[in-house]
Amino acid sequence: MNSIYKYILRIADDSLILGQRLSELCGHGPAIEEDIALTNIALDLIGQATSLYEYAAIVGGEGKTADDLAFLRFEREYTNVLLVEQPNGDFGMTIARQWFFDSFRVLFYEALLTSTDQQLAAIAAKSLKETKYHWKHSSEWLIRLGDGTDESHARVQKSLNYLHRYTEELFFMDEVDADVIAQGIGVDLLALKPIYDQKIEEVLLQATLELPTNNWKQVGGRVGKHSEHLGHILSELQYMQRAYPNMEW
Amino acid sequence: MVTEELIWTLLEEVSDPEIPVLSIVDLGIVRSVNIVDEKVEITITPTYSGCPAMKHIEQAIIEFLAEKNIQASVVLTLSPAWTTDWLSESGKNKLREYGIAPPENEVDKSVLFAAPTIVPCPLCASKDTRMISQFGSTACKAHYQCSACMEPFDYFKCLK
Repeated sequence: MNSIYKYILRIADDSLILGQRLSELCGHGPAIEEDIALTNIALDLIGQATSLYEYAAIVGGEGKTADDLAFLRFEREYTNVLLVEQPNGDFGMTIARQWFFDSFRVLFYEALLTSTDQQLAAIAAKSLKETKYHWKHSSEWLIRLGDGTDESHARVQKSLNYLHRYTEELFFMDEVDADVIAQGIGVDLLALKPIYDQKIEEVLLQATLELPTNNWKQVGGRVGKHSEHLGHILSELQYMQRAYPNMEW
Repeated sequence: MVTEELIWTLLEEVSDPEIPVLSIVDLGIVRSVNIVDEKVEITITPTYSGCPAMKHIEQAIIEFLAEKNIQASVVLTLSPAWTTDWLSESGKNKLREYGIAPPENEVDKSVLFAAPTIVPCPLCASKDTRMISQFGSTACKAHYQCSACMEPFDYFKCLK
C-alpha cells in the first residue's frame, strides 16, 4: 500500500468516526438548536469523509469503492486518532472533543491547501470553509461553558483534563507522513504544533480554563491500535453492510 | 441544434430539491456546460461536502434533458469550492420572496463572538432580528427570529 493511500485514509477515518459519534446525538442533543448543530457538523464531516474515501478508492487502485472503505474494513485497519472515538459524554465533553479537533483541523486544512496533490487541495479548500464554522461553534461554546456557572466550568474542565491525553496524537507523524511530505503532498504537523498551541491558549484564556499539567499522552490510533470504543462504533456503523452485504440506498 | 446557451436556459428549470424556488443555476452549482461532438457534459459542484441532494440533482438534470431528447452526462467537481457569492441576484430575490433571508456579507469566522450579522427579516424587512441557532434545517441555513413581527425564519448563511 502506498503512502498517499494511507494518508488519505487517516484524514477520512478521523472525519467518519467523529461524524458517526456526533450522529449518535441525533434526537438526543441538550437543546433543539444544539441537536441540529451537532448533526449538521456530523453531516459535513461524513460528507468530507465521502470525498476522501472516493479519492482513496481511486488512489488505492484495488477496485474498492468508497463504501467498501467506510464499511468493510476491520477495526485495526481504521487509522483515526483516538480522540475522535471517545464517547460523547456530557455536552461539555462533546464540545471539548470537538474544539480540540476543530482547532487542529482548521490549521491542517489551511496547510493542505498548498498540497501538490490537486484533489487533496480541492477537498481541503471545500472542507476548510465548513471546519471554520465548526471551530467558531465549538470555541464559543467552550468559552460559554468555561466562563459560565461553577457547574459548567467544573464539568468542561474535567472534560479537558480527560481528553488532553489524546490530543498529542493529532500531531503524530511516521514514515507515511515523511513520504507524503517529501512529495509535497502532505502537511508537516510539527510546524503546525506551535500555531495550534497558541490558538488553543487564546480560547482557554477567554474560557478561564486550563490544560492539565499531567502530560501523559496516549497514541495508537494512527497505526490501528484503538481504544475499546472503536469496536462498538463500528458494530453500529457497519451493521447494515454486514447484515445485508452490498446493500445500497 | 443543441447549443450551450440552450442547455443553460433549460437548466434554469431544474430546481434545487431542498429549496424548490431556486434553480440549480440560481444557486450557482452549475459550473460549466460543454458540448463536444454533440455530447453534452455538465459540471456541478456541491454547496456543502455532505449535501445529500447531489445525487438527486445529477439524476434530475439527466432526466430533464432526456425528456427534451438531449443526452447529457454530469461531472462533479470540488474545485473551486462553492461560495454564496455565486448565488444569482434573481436567486436572492426568489429566496426573499420564499421567506428565506439571502446571505449578507459576514465578518470573518475566525472572530469569536463577533457582532452578529444584521439579517433583515424576509417577511417585514425589519432589521431587528436575532440569531436563534448557527445551524438550521439544512447545511446552508441558520435560524433567525424577527423581533418586530416575531416570525421565525431561515437565513441562507454566507459561505466564502
